[in-house]
Amino acid sequence: MLLLCAVGAVGYVALYSAGSGNPDLYATKHALRFGFCLVMMLCIGFVDIRLIARAAPVAYVVGIGLLVMVALHGEVGKGAQRWVDLGPLQLQPSELMKIVLVLTLAAWFHRASWERVGNPFFLVVPAVLVLVPVGLIFKQPNLGTSLITAVLGGAMFWAAGVRWWKFAAIIGAAAAAAPIVYENLREYQRARITTFLDPESDPLGAGYNIIQSKIALGSGGLWGKGFLQGTQGHLNFLPEKQTDFIFTMIAEEFGLVGAMGTLALLMLVVGFCFLVAMRCKHQFGRLLAIGLGTNYFLYIFVNVAMVTGSIPVGGVPLPLISHGGSAMLTTMIGFGMLISAWVHRDAEFGPARD
Amino acid sequence: MKFPRILRRKEKGGIANFTMRGVKREEEQRRSVFTRRALVLATGQLGLFGFLGYRLHTLQVEQGERYATLAEENRLSARLLSPPRGRVLDRNGQVVAGNRLNWRALLVAEQTSDVGATLETFSRIVPLADHERARVEREMRRRRRFVPVIVREFLAWEEMARIEVNAPDLPGILIDVGTTRIYPEAEHLAHIVGYVAPPAERDMDGDPLLQLPGIRVGRSGIERHHDLVMRGRAGAVQLEVNAVGRIIRELDRREGQPGQDIEISVDTELQKTIRGKIEEGTSIVVMNARNGEVLAMASQPSFDPNVFNAGVSNAQWRQLTANRATPLINKAANGLYAPGSTFKMVVALAGLEARAIGPGERISCPGHFDLGESRFHCWNRGGHGGMDMRSAIKLSCDVYFYELAKRLGINRIAAMGRRFGMGVDLDIELPGARRGLMPTREWREAQGRGWALGDTVVHGIGQGFYQLTPLSLATMTARLATGRAVQPHLTRSIGGRPARGGRPEDWPAMGIADRDMRLVRDAMWAVVNEGGGTAGIAKLPGGLGQMAGKTGTTQVRRVSREQRERGFRVESLPREYRPHALFVGYAPHDNPLYAVSVVVEHGTSGSGAAAPLARDAMVETFNRFRAAPAQRVADVVRGT
Repeated sequence: MLLLCAVGAVGYVALYSAGSGNPDLYATKHALRFGFCLVMMLCIGFVDIRLIARAAPVAYVVGIGLLVMVALHGEVGKGAQRWVDLGPLQLQPSELMKIVLVLTLAAWFHRASWERVGNPFFLVVPAVLVLVPVGLIFKQPNLGTSLITAVLGGAMFWAAGVRWWKFAAIIGAAAAAAPIVYENLREYQRARITTFLDPESDPLGAGYNIIQSKIALGSGGLWGKGFLQGTQGHLNFLPEKQTDFIFTMIAEEFGLVGAMGTLALLMLVVGFCFLVAMRCKHQFGRLLAIGLGTNYFLYIFVNVAMVTGSIPVGGVPLPLISHGGSAMLTTMIGFGMLISAWVHRDAEFGPARD
Repeated sequence: MKFPRILRRKEKGGIANFTMRGVKREEEQRRSVFTRRALVLATGQLGLFGFLGYRLHTLQVEQGERYATLAEENRLSARLLSPPRGRVLDRNGQVVAGNRLNWRALLVAEQTSDVGATLETFSRIVPLADHERARVEREMRRRRRFVPVIVREFLAWEEMARIEVNAPDLPGILIDVGTTRIYPEAEHLAHIVGYVAPPAERDMDGDPLLQLPGIRVGRSGIERHHDLVMRGRAGAVQLEVNAVGRIIRELDRREGQPGQDIEISVDTELQKTIRGKIEEGTSIVVMNARNGEVLAMASQPSFDPNVFNAGVSNAQWRQLTANRATPLINKAANGLYAPGSTFKMVVALAGLEARAIGPGERISCPGHFDLGESRFHCWNRGGHGGMDMRSAIKLSCDVYFYELAKRLGINRIAAMGRRFGMGVDLDIELPGARRGLMPTREWREAQGRGWALGDTVVHGIGQGFYQLTPLSLATMTARLATGRAVQPHLTRSIGGRPARGGRPEDWPAMGIADRDMRLVRDAMWAVVNEGGGTAGIAKLPGGLGQMAGKTGTTQVRRVSREQRERGFRVESLPREYRPHALFVGYAPHDNPLYAVSVVVEHGTSGSGAAAPLARDAMVETFNRFRAAPAQRVADVVRGT
């Protein structure tokens, strides 16, 4: 709880700066949204874990339904259909889907004994459970999120005890398929990969974001330029500074020290998830916790790796810090379930026998 | 990877030892597998966090300085400040080349994502011709992305308003006010002041100023000669800009150095009056004989220098250059003519100095001069009879000078000519002014031709290979009048500091015997003021003093013997074959102040066409400078 509040506070400070010292622009909204999500998280936290497990199939169907809705008539933003309009709330179903997927897989594997996990046929159903949303997200098209979703699914499989050689086989197959996939990528997705390999090749075009982000990070130095003093951010050289590049903003103004501090804080959150997973007496809770932790970790890693120019830009926010509702909402729903797992860690919740 | 193998063994064990506590054991097993796998995941994630930390360290600490520099470069934008170009003032402080405000629309390439679209939108608001668009696109390619390029100059107020209103649709377009060159006297001083034009590629001498939009460089005349002084030095502002180039604030400002004003010696009113009196093909130079200041220099026809400022169109340029009357050429400094009889004083002085002839020695003129087979005619077919030097100049006897030239040889004549400023560089502040040609034996031989005695004879009367400018004839006259080697010049002061050469003492004495000079001057006085002189028409009205001078008429075409025998008259020739008419003179005779030279192309007769113009020019000069006699004359004499 405290950890999450700390993360939220970091977000507030960063967004205050991103709004050029004007809290109304981003920061206030962020705080309000965070408060709302916190309450919701606590509510979810007190729901019985078994109830949550039972809700998994319903959640999965809803998630897929939303993805299909987006595919049919979603809002088009930045060349892709990713948003669905739910009254006052615009939601990215792909974000929600990741949480739902964790939930569903945890529920599925909860019922699986070690032997059954070893049975390849038993894995067909969860594999389909993973591939359907991955495929839908990929079709949006959103390569980054679909990859993340796939990796997340893989992590769940791993934690559930799927045999290592199966992973080896899949990874090998993926490596073999990579060139074919590249052939079928959209133009802008290929541009991302090529500009990642050589960002200077197009400094005003596709490589602009990465270059400006690196300049902002690098110029921050060890101690940073000081709160509200970041030139890259405030003079708008840094694009999307309030969302995807919020970490750059922090690193520019607070330097390596601030960046590492933020990273450490986020790492503690992930660590907490792992702690919950270890302490849980039932497989569902364990898998849920580790899945949520991994999900959050993937957000952080992909985002920070992206802004430091380590992997191609992928439009992945830094949840709880970035400005934006979808990621925060889904992350907080996830943490709500995590808390529920923590609260009911000792509950009698044996694998269902059917 | 030992891990899975261990797991597998356990798996087999689990099957073998199935008991009642199977469920519980299975749970235990799942838990331990999970724990190990979670540890692997955690380790992997920790490792990736470590990688991120390493990346951050690399970027922020190891390469921090490099990126800090880049961030500064992003943020800072230096803009050059264009200094006002120095003006050109005439000797009375009247502006003859000035600056006026010019509202312009500029386009900065780096501030728009699509130059073509911006121009398209712009041309819907303010119509752009195709050639204007082509020019903008050409300049865009040539200049760097942050350098503004002029889209349209001399915007009217409504056009500006329309652009301002549509500003959001015109990314990269800015409006600013610059200055543009204006020449209030237009064609009256065009040949002297010159004109400015946008710099061409070859003008880019590394001065950053030349990159600025709207900058002009001098193309001719004073504008070109004093270009660097008048240009000034660029100032700079350092600005903090944001990503779209909008200026956030000014960090530092260094004012440039404005260009310096140039004061020229020309009197605009005199220039205009004299220009009004002459026709196409005529040039007149009026000089201050004492210090060499050019008071007026007119050449017809002329052109309007204002048209070059905005960039002259091809059609206009063709019209100017194809015109056979060559309006762009300043004939006073660039036109080349044989001096004819106006050169006789120089031959006379060469003869006296070389003691080739005595002042009183008489040479008989029967109307022609025979050299071997050739016969050279005097202009007076009947002959002048016995001629001494004074009467030979007064009556312009050709035979006398044929004989004198024969005695001297061409090289001694040429040497004296050069001492009088002919065929040498006069360092006038007019780029393109011609040095002319003072022929010598060596010059002819360098051409692979021999020099015949007959050539020398012809050169004794100023005909032949000479190529001299009206300016050098005026210089010769001034030197005859004052005995000082004055050089013609136009610059009186630069940025308020007097230029060199304003005082008579700035010029060295010629080193020609006073007695000789007096004799020649006296003869020139007789030309105008004594009965029988060739240029009585040039006599000044009473009260202005007396003018001394010399006529000249130079053949453009050889007159054949048959023509001569048939009683040939030049008036019967088509105009372009008629001789040029020349006159040189100075006044007042007893205290020379002004020297004048006149060349009337195809004017037929020096006394008939050139002498009256010289007289009028001299009268006008006196009128201009007599207004406040004491001060004016003193002013002219001191030349300050």
